[in-house]
Amino acid sequence: MATVEIRHLVKQYPGAAKPTIPDANLTIEDRSFVVLVGPSGCGKSTLLRMIAGLEAISGGDLLIDGQRINDLSPKDRDIAMVFQNYALYPHMSVYENMAFGLKLRKFPKAEIDQRVRAAADILGMNELLERKPKAMSGGQRQRVAIGRAIVREPKVFLFDEPLSNLDAKLRVQMRVEIKRLHQRLKATMVYVTHDQVEAMTMGDKIVVMKAGIIQQVDSPMSLYHNPANLFVAGFIGSPSMNFSRGQLVSENGALRFTNQTFNFQLPPNQADSLKSQVGKEVIFGFRPESMYDTRFPSGKTLTDPQRITIDVTEPIGSETFVYFTLDGQTGCMRVPSDIRYQPDEVITVGFDTGRLYFFDPQTELRLG
Amino acid sequence: MQRLHLQKLVFYAVLLLMTAVYIGPFIYQFFISISHSKDVFGSPGNLIQPPNWTLQNYANVWVDLPFKQWLVNSVFITVVQTITNVFFSALAGFVFARLDFPGRRFIFGLLLSSLTVPGIILLVPKFIFMNDLRLVNTYTGLIIPNLVTITNIFLMKQFFETIPKDLEEAALIDGCSYFRIFWQIFLPVSTPALAAVAIYTFQGSWNEFLWPVIISITSDHFTLPVGVGFLKNQFQSDWPLLMAGTLLITLPTLCIFLVFQRYFVQGIAASGGKE
Repeated sequence: MATVEIRHLVKQYPGAAKPTIPDANLTIEDRSFVVLVGPSGCGKSTLLRMIAGLEAISGGDLLIDGQRINDLSPKDRDIAMVFQNYALYPHMSVYENMAFGLKLRKFPKAEIDQRVRAAADILGMNELLERKPKAMSGGQRQRVAIGRAIVREPKVFLFDEPLSNLDAKLRVQMRVEIKRLHQRLKATMVYVTHDQVEAMTMGDKIVVMKAGIIQQVDSPMSLYHNPANLFVAGFIGSPSMNFSRGQLVSENGALRFTNQTFNFQLPPNQADSLKSQVGKEVIFGFRPESMYDTRFPSGKTLTDPQRITIDVTEPIGSETFVYFTLDGQTGCMRVPSDIRYQPDEVITVGFDTGRLYFFDPQTELRLG
Repeated sequence: MQRLHLQKLVFYAVLLLMTAVYIGPFIYQFFISISHSKDVFGSPGNLIQPPNWTLQNYANVWVDLPFKQWLVNSVFITVVQTITNVFFSALAGFVFARLDFPGRRFIFGLLLSSLTVPGIILLVPKFIFMNDLRLVNTYTGLIIPNLVTITNIFLMKQFFETIPKDLEEAALIDGCSYFRIFWQIFLPVSTPALAAVAIYTFQGSWNEFLWPVIISITSDHFTLPVGVGFLKNQFQSDWPLLMAGTLLITLPTLCIFLVFQRYFVQGIAASGGKE
């Protein structure tokens, strides 16, 4: 197993005006499950492909276990990769697909057989070993692709959006299987996805990327509760965080956030850290579940009551998403499913004072 | 309902007519080949009377002519050209489709542009070239100019471009060299395109007349079309013998077409792109 170190890594495509990845720094700890997440075109796949050796590195260093591997070919890096489109060899059986990499590395036949059967055991594919990929479902094919990686016993497993082609139910099932596999193999795994739910549920550590730049690296819950900037706050979480522009004003020694919709006093600890922002414009962020109807007990310390007008409700069974008008856009509140609202109903809400986020509109960095 | 029947009737009538136009000459050829020379220019009705039929012409083709030698020549040249075309066009197609190197587009463009030059214009330069290399009236001279064709390279390139890039990358990570990717991954999944190239080449090579007639001087280097072509001279032709010979030549291509016709269609479809 291995540690992957990315030091000042640059990717510049010939003819492109600016680099796809200007300067990436990241350490992937031994045996960790790291998820690279971000919107399309953020450079997460490029970064993964650079680790795999499928993209040339324009600058910086890439190290596995302290050894610089920039110039090693993919086969010499001791990595295995699972692709979005499975990339199984269509003319080979499942067994041959899994054994192919080992055969090329001149492993003895008996060991190949033992490894393939062990991997098939882990993935529950013993019955399928003689089948060709075209006679299998998407989920089974992806399992074979994972099996092909397992048999190699590589230093690092790389996954490039492996579940994107599967239907929703199968995706959840495979998510659990991959996580279980990680617990069993205790291998270093790097996983790319654009789906933040996948990232949150699978990663020990999540790397959020935007426009080729790593925005934040943290554990899923830390990312959720302590986003470093506006992008991370908005990207992580579903439904996403609500944002509202306003001003911080000082009134009778207390700090208040005010705009057309909201006007409330900040809790003292947060007011302290935001003192320097008095009179300035800020972006206030709050998660849908940090907003409570004051008519019902919440068990939280809430801000001053605020009035909102209900627009649409979306019951999803376990809970209900309540949408309301917020600065000309739509805000979302998450409530228990037994609470019912009517359209245009005006209700009074309060925010959990421990979950208020403020961002600088210019730098988009979190202020407090 | 009646309108539908009428439409079908017209449809089949047109099909039958077209078939007759294409098959008719073959039937005529067949009857001439089993007739006596004296009956050929008589009433066509005589040709279809069983008492006048004979298989002597087919026997004569083997006995009177160096047909066996021509057959060996044709088979040898066709087999060699088919194998080399399949191999080299696949190899070149793979390189143009999958490898990135400076000047790739330019070289491929140059190759494609040579298709715009009519083949007949190149006959004389090709002959002079072969003459300088002292390859006139040799098997090498007969074979070399058609070892690989641009059209086949183009066909294979188009096909290889439809193979997902992931497959190549998975093979790279598994430890394949580019040649192994070509040999062990791309070739096995390209059978429709390879079959199409093989069939086109076989047909073209088997029927080729112009180049062999120019490059071969003595009859021991003739291919079947050239040899049979020489049966027809300016003053006298043995038509039944000629027809028997040409019919025999047609048989291999006919068999190949009948057996592999689905690959013809697949090959054409494949060049249009299908995963």
